[in-house]
Amino acid sequence: MTAAPNPHADANKHDRVIHVLRVRYSKAGKVRFTSHRDVARMWERAFRRSGLPVARTEGFTPRPRVSFGLALPTGYESVGEYLDIVVSAPPAPNELDGAGLANGRRLTAAELPELLTDALPVGIEVQAIEFRVGRTASLQELVTRCRWTFEIRDLDEAVAHVAVTKLLDSTSIPTTRQHKGKQRTDDIRPAIYHLTVIDSGAYGVKFETELAAKPRVVRPSELVPVLAPAHEMGVAVRIKQLTEQEGAAHEPLMCNATPAPYVQARAS
Amino acid sequence: MTTLWPRIEPLLPRVQKPARYIGLEDGMVVPDHGAHKVSWAVMYPDTYEIGLPNQGIQILCEVLNERDDAVAERAYTPWPDMASQLRSCNVPLFTLETHRAVGDFDVIGFNLAAELVYTNVLESLDLAGVPLRQQDRVDTDPIVVVGGHASFNPEPMADFVDVVALGDGEELVGDISQVLQGWKRSGKPSGSRQRVLRELAQIQGCYIPSLYDVTYEGDHIAAIEPKFSDVPEVVYKRTVADLADWPYPKNQLVPLSEVVHDRLNVEVFRGCTRGCRFCQAGMITRPVRERPAEQVSSLISNGLRRTGYDEVTLTSLSTADFSGIESVVAAAIADPLTCGDTTISLPSLRVDAFTVGLADKVSNARRSGLTFAPEAGTWRMRQIINKLILDEDLYGAVESAYSQGWKRMKLYFLTGLPSEMDEDTTAIADLAANCVEIGKSHNKKASVTVSLGGFVPKAHTPFQWFGQNSAEELSRKIGLVREATRRNPRVNLKWHDAKASVVEGLVSRGDRRLGRVIEHVWRHGGVFQEWGEHFNLDLWHDAMAANGLSMDFYVTRHRREDEILPWQHIHAGLHSDFLWQDWQDSLAGHGIPDCRWTPCYDCGACTEYGVEHVVASPVPPAGGSQGTGQDIAAVQAVDGANWVPVTLGSGPS
Ligand code: SF4
Repeated sequence: MTAAPNPHADANKHDRVIHVLRVRYSKAGKVRFTSHRDVARMWERAFRRSGLPVARTEGFTPRPRVSFGLALPTGYESVGEYLDIVVSAPPAPNELDGAGLANGRRLTAAELPELLTDALPVGIEVQAIEFRVGRTASLQELVTRCRWTFEIRDLDEAVAHVAVTKLLDSTSIPTTRQHKGKQRTDDIRPAIYHLTVIDSGAYGVKFETELAAKPRVVRPSELVPVLAPAHEMGVAVRIKQLTEQEGAAHEPLMCNATPAPYVQARAS
Repeated sequence: MTTLWPRIEPLLPRVQKPARYIGLEDGMVVPDHGAHKVSWAVMYPDTYEIGLPNQGIQILCEVLNERDDAVAERAYTPWPDMASQLRSCNVPLFTLETHRAVGDFDVIGFNLAAELVYTNVLESLDLAGVPLRQQDRVDTDPIVVVGGHASFNPEPMADFVDVVALGDGEELVGDISQVLQGWKRSGKPSGSRQRVLRELAQIQGCYIPSLYDVTYEGDHIAAIEPKFSDVPEVVYKRTVADLADWPYPKNQLVPLSEVVHDRLNVEVFRGCTRGCRFCQAGMITRPVRERPAEQVSSLISNGLRRTGYDEVTLTSLSTADFSGIESVVAAAIADPLTCGDTTISLPSLRVDAFTVGLADKVSNARRSGLTFAPEAGTWRMRQIINKLILDEDLYGAVESAYSQGWKRMKLYFLTGLPSEMDEDTTAIADLAANCVEIGKSHNKKASVTVSLGGFVPKAHTPFQWFGQNSAEELSRKIGLVREATRRNPRVNLKWHDAKASVVEGLVSRGDRRLGRVIEHVWRHGGVFQEWGEHFNLDLWHDAMAANGLSMDFYVTRHRREDEILPWQHIHAGLHSDFLWQDWQDSLAGHGIPDCRWTPCYDCGACTEYGVEHVVASPVPPAGGSQGTGQDIAAVQAVDGANWVPVTLGSGPS
């Protein structure tokens, strides 16, 4: 239709304060097999279903003004995904008071995680939300490292320990991957901050690792051929995304995470 | 029955697009499988992203799950990478709701929306561990049911299916469930399968191929006869009398991954009596049954709220004909929920100014392209196919579209139509060039895309007797249009592979002897034949030769009036003498009006079934063309002497 007035458009965006909801969410169960793009579309539908007053970009095809953190590879689970949502209604203390917020209903901040989780597919759970005022650097720029756990199937624990020691003792680990149709080789050893065996069982061995996200995101799957050639990776989980401020690592969300009581129950 | 998920999950990191296999759509029903409930695995024999949006499957699953005596889950044909994982790890084909084995269900239902998917039906049965041929199935095996448009000539699939469900499925699946529930309660004792099939044959709309003998005389069919006296000689389709009684799907599925037609769909009417002679869908879904406008409006607004979609398609065979179209569109635009950014799409636009006006109301500011389907290049050809659009109608519609800001037109055409001459074919290029000229006066960048398909005659249409053009002839005609448009940089030509039309034609009008051909193609790796990267015409030629069958006999040969057609015992609504008369009228260049607004000419779709049109408006749409009463007058004015009323054949009682 011909450019109907859009109540959520940021008409004078330069002299307006930007209100951002920084959301932390998890992705677990069957839904882990969806892609980053798929998840972005789930959020778009969730905004419309929940009635959250998300600000929109201008132009012929207005999009919700959101920015995602680092993409999670298809097949991985996570308890530390992030999303910044610019809202058009400024928050009152501990309360979003807005025209049309959640279909006209006034809503407190504490209700938001549940409102959004209910509008999202099974397996995607909003854990915590923090209000921010003003522009901040994007999550993609901020995050410098990620913590992960991952399993390697059918591996013996003793063998795993030896492999970890060998990997950490090596000074360089040249890794070749496909990037935009070309073969690229780089050394991933400097990207490995931490690697340890944390569990084992009939499935194989579970590791925990902390890997660099700059200059590129190194994935746990890149460690598997080094640790145990010819073995398959099992479930991998992103535990945390970390930013660095004054030399210390932080999570991008300052507030205490709201416990997500449904994570276990709803994860399929 | 237990879930196979723990065995499926480890396979998914090894395949492309693993989200195809997880289910979890919003709106999905996880049914409660009771001991005496008839369980249906409803399948679309193509990939998840093609099959998920299919409304027929979603409607039937909802209808079945609302019943006390049935449950339904969905499945799709796995892509070859997943199929090979399933085979090498011995995991059977599964449903998406609970990841149970498809082979453990009481019924496997396939929607046959198109012919090229037939080998995927065999692939799916094989992956499910179900014997391919119905004669090899035992009492405990699932009953294999097919439905959908292509199953109006089910004969090529006769070896593989137990039951063919003809026509609207909403009531029919309930009737089938009732019979099967009795069978399930009885414990499916030895020898009971034959008995239950005989019982199903008593239901209107249920055709059981194995209960009929087909005999041949040389290449031709000598007779098609029921094996038993209680089995009907002719099987009539089912027709839902009033769409208002069936506001389904109530909870359209919202997939988590990208699929085709990824938006809300609301069916505004079923059936079409425009009478386009090439159109099987229009012929077999008669009469027209409109959904009440208020019901459409509430399906739209509830659907958008529930799903979070920002686009809705109003589906039907010709949506601009819907009596309530203006009020529905106005209500949707005014809905506060949409905030002015919901897109309403109208498929199958009519070629007239009214339609352009509608498109103007619903389109967003971008106005990239608008699509029209004149189908043939000359007025003479359009009379043959009964798509009664004058050149001026098209130019008028295109003029108003360009003047309202659209920059690109897409025009759909068919080639290889009955009596088509090279002048008719090249006229397609002239029409397109003239449209570009009209566009240039409004927009310097105006362009036209021509989409050209090879015509494939279908069963239960007036063209069912017509010998299809060979692949070489279709390619030659496509070449004529390419040559004629080559020097016009504003006309882009897109065309369909003429080779695929050969197989579509073969299977569309084939008989039971093609079962061996389809099996041969599948055994030689011919799956996903509707996908260009997998389609292989040589496989089909080899399979025909291996079985001593002639491609020309099935594809390019004209049929005679007295010939027994393979589907002559299937009644899709239309009397066969009506179809023959319409074929003769076609060759004489005579049009036929739209019986929604002019007197009934007794094609059979209402008269034979005790139903009638459900159309809110007593008059044709303003500015309407294509065979409405007022256009016939226009046609006469242009072409008076050439036009005579259609002579009616008297239908068999
Ligand atoms: S029976 Fe008559 S009214 Fe019904 S579809 Fe046929 S011609 Fe039209």
